[in-house]
Amino acid sequence: MSAADGSAPLIGKRWKKPPFVQRTWLRWLLILGFGAYLVAAFMTIDVNWSRVYEGLERGKQFVLAFTNPDFTSRSSDIWEGMVESIVMTITSSVVGIAISIPIALGAARNVAPLPIYLICRGIIAISRALQEIIVAILLVAIFGFGPLAGFFTLSFATIGFLSKLLAEDIESMDKVQAEAIKASGAKWTQWINYGVQPQVMPRLIGLSMYRIDINFRESAILGLVGAGGIGATLNTAFDRYEYDTAAAILITIIVIVMALEYLSGIIRARVQ
Amino acid sequence: MLRLEKLVKTYKTGDQALKAVDLEIPEGQVLALIGPSGAGKSTLIRCINRLVEPTSGKVYLGQTELTGLSSGALRKERRRMGMIFQEYALVERLTVMENVLSGRLGYVGFWRSFLRKYPQSDIDEAFRLLDRVGLAHMADKRADELSGGQRQRVGICRALIQDPALLLVDEPTASLDPKTSRQIMRLICELCRERGLAAIINIHDVALAQMFVQRVIGLRFGAMVYDGPPDGLTPEQLTEIYGEEDWEATIEAVDEDDDIEAAE
Repeated sequence: MSAADGSAPLIGKRWKKPPFVQRTWLRWLLILGFGAYLVAAFMTIDVNWSRVYEGLERGKQFVLAFTNPDFTSRSSDIWEGMVESIVMTITSSVVGIAISIPIALGAARNVAPLPIYLICRGIIAISRALQEIIVAILLVAIFGFGPLAGFFTLSFATIGFLSKLLAEDIESMDKVQAEAIKASGAKWTQWINYGVQPQVMPRLIGLSMYRIDINFRESAILGLVGAGGIGATLNTAFDRYEYDTAAAILITIIVIVMALEYLSGIIRARVQ
Repeated sequence: MLRLEKLVKTYKTGDQALKAVDLEIPEGQVLALIGPSGAGKSTLIRCINRLVEPTSGKVYLGQTELTGLSSGALRKERRRMGMIFQEYALVERLTVMENVLSGRLGYVGFWRSFLRKYPQSDIDEAFRLLDRVGLAHMADKRADELSGGQRQRVGICRALIQDPALLLVDEPTASLDPKTSRQIMRLICELCRERGLAAIINIHDVALAQMFVQRVIGLRFGAMVYDGPPDGLTPEQLTEIYGEEDWEATIEAVDEDDDIEAAE
């Protein structure tokens, strides 16, 4: 009431949301700088238009191949590659998830003591820093061509992905539920089983399904560097300019990925 | 049976939550701990079972000194202290039965608890307790399907199945409606009487505390400023605990409540 009957009336006073950057000159500098950068960046793009024109023809053939995919002439190669990819996906997901769970527990600050936390966070950081293709190239050099290198690559990548996200879920769990279990005199293992596990289970299942999906897609890429799977078949088809076979492989991959996506959607809805 | 000696808790932030609290509770006494938010009530009961580590001072449960115990020995002693929480703190994705049986975790080994193969005597006791609070038919429901009052009853069962000597009760009625609040308080106090349990009940509702307990402790800024019978809480005393306010209405309300209580 003191302000309302004071000299500056509150009724009729203008209000605007305070700007994100308070200083006016800095705000305009940022906006103009961003615009200048966009223009400068656009000017550096160098396109050889005659090359594009020639390439369009190849692109057209590739796209047209999708209207007429050839599943038959190399069907045994496609089948073998697919089975290899699926085996790689399943084994690497199972092994990766099994290793991820203890590492996730170690990487959650509210569950693990500091030294273990640092070690587990270190493992996650390494796994995430190394891109799958780079790891695959290294492992192909060690184990030779074939799906074994792919299996290790995907298991390794799964650890970085799943441990990190699961650890974050553990860190954001409801503390009081876990506290109540602790207050009953439970041992650490019982505390994890009763106080933590039920809270993070839906997330663990959802993330695992998602990772299986990713592992399958990655297994198609890894073949390009010799780590086995359908990617190797796909690479060969491209090398031979057999776009109709390549199209058949790509369609198969898309169908499987979509089926996995649909399946994981159903499973995630059910565990909620 | 429970004795606190010069219990001090200073948080890392420098907040002194408890300033040398001395308190002794005889066998079977139900005590209410009142005080404004931030007075250290929750800290006090969590220092007893060491969910919060006290900075200094001693806690004796019977003859055992709790503050110096190793983690293994502390687990054994925690079995003798049942705890009931403000937001019930049930594990929401476990069933009612699993939540009740989790009170036995201190007694059974890991594999038994992991496989949910509890001794028949534990299961019998769990059903007996659930029946006592009127929830035996809910045993296989998931905890998050229950209403607030029902959840708190499950929380009470979980605390009692530990076969405790002492109940630590943290704001049992803070998230409940007035009628359910009374039912829960009545239930806790009845069960304490039946089993000869001592209890410390943190509570915001002064009138509710006065209705049910034998002794009231007032806490302000981590120090005890009142220790006496519930009807000794005069407006002056409440001002001492909570600060300046018109307390007549609160105390009148208590009388009214008593009349309703008598009429029921």
